[in-house]
Amino acid sequence: MIVVIDYGMGNLGSIQNMLKKIGAKGIISSDISDIQKADKLILPGVGAFDNGMENLEKRGLIPVLNEKVLIHKTPILGICLGMQLLSKKSEEGHLPGLGWIEAETIKFKFNENQTRLKIPHMGWNTIKIKKDNPLFTNMYEETRFYFVHSYHVFCHNKQDVLAETHYGFDFVSSLQKDNIFGVQFHPEKSHKFGQQLLKNFVENI
Amino acid sequence: MLIPRVIPCLLKKELALVKTIKFTNPNYIGDPINTIRIFNDLEVDELIFLDITATKENKKPPFEVISQVASECFMPMTYGGGIKEIDDMRRIFSLGVEKIVICTYAVDEPLFIKRVAESFGSQSIVVSIDVKKDSRGKYEVYVEGGTRSTKLDPVEFAVMMEQMGAGEIFLNSIDKDGAMEGYDLELIQRVASAVNVPLIACGGAGRIEDLGEAIKAGASAVAAGSLFVYQGKNRSVLINFPSHSELQEMFLGK
Repeated sequence: MIVVIDYGMGNLGSIQNMLKKIGAKGIISSDISDIQKADKLILPGVGAFDNGMENLEKRGLIPVLNEKVLIHKTPILGICLGMQLLSKKSEEGHLPGLGWIEAETIKFKFNENQTRLKIPHMGWNTIKIKKDNPLFTNMYEETRFYFVHSYHVFCHNKQDVLAETHYGFDFVSSLQKDNIFGVQFHPEKSHKFGQQLLKNFVENI
Repeated sequence: MLIPRVIPCLLKKELALVKTIKFTNPNYIGDPINTIRIFNDLEVDELIFLDITATKENKKPPFEVISQVASECFMPMTYGGGIKEIDDMRRIFSLGVEKIVICTYAVDEPLFIKRVAESFGSQSIVVSIDVKKDSRGKYEVYVEGGTRSTKLDPVEFAVMMEQMGAGEIFLNSIDKDGAMEGYDLELIQRVASAVNVPLIACGGAGRIEDLGEAIKAGASAVAAGSLFVYQGKNRSVLINFPSHSELQEMFLGK
């Protein structure tokens, strides 16, 4: 069973709709016993970094998530803010993140040689896959995903980078370390491209 | 490579999907759910779905239809129409809708925009600004589906809405609606140059090249109704959407 973690940070209806579409068994829950029983976890999220960490804390979910992910090695997919929360910290707030990945979340900044682009980075963009991984198997030609974010993750270990996307410069649009996965884009709102990615997460990981 | 978002804008009146001219004369297009299903199959970038009678008739948003549409829409979806309650918005977001458009209530209660932007995040709040030119050529904001004048200047109002926390401005030209003769580029240019948030231009697209013109004028994204529901001079109903490569070629040039 897949548990989509409900910690009050939006976006859950869409993920459930997409899981239903691919025929996966998933529930939306913030219940510790549900999370303990989960085969796979999805950590979605739209909103501010500190709000996200506060909400996980308030619901008492951080210890159970640490246990599931770090000890039992349950696969987890962080989506958008959910991916940023995997990092150590964010320029958006003061609270520490889950810190499972040697990474930090930083604001989009463009130097003098780069075009100053609008923030948030919003719309459909492509990805460049950096290492072989089951999450990105059987992808379509011209694969593209829907993004909407003002901050992005910077990985200290290059081997954790799964995919990059260009917006003024190349930033990390997907990461992976062991059983921990993150995508900056919204697979649940990315047509057949996102459907295939979630199917890969559900069936191949 | 990121290209500008191209967004079909669909209007619901009672149980049907319609297309208007200058916000009047609704013409029947089809059943909302079937039509949106076709747009989903055409892999559109995003979709704007507006109930154009909810506010005027003081009705609640059509939750049941929104729910059905959202459960089959695998692209970002924006809903508008009859929004003036935070609880209704929460319910709509929980159905799987990403953004909500507010028009009339943004004029009547500007602080409502601040409140909802704080509750749900700016990225989910879109303010619609419907604009008509008066006989002296001055732009003015209208509400209630283009029927009530507000005496507000669209540029000043857009700036105020950005300050309140609107994440996007959805700029509609009432005069160009349904004309299929191109966007009001002057209006787009004026508003886009005054705000930092993305501007979605709507009203007037008749050819795919028109979309590129609106982007050149400063819009971040383009929406259209007639262009994606009609075909040919006789305006026969045919749901259509350019392919991704066609749009890429048009926006990026050869």
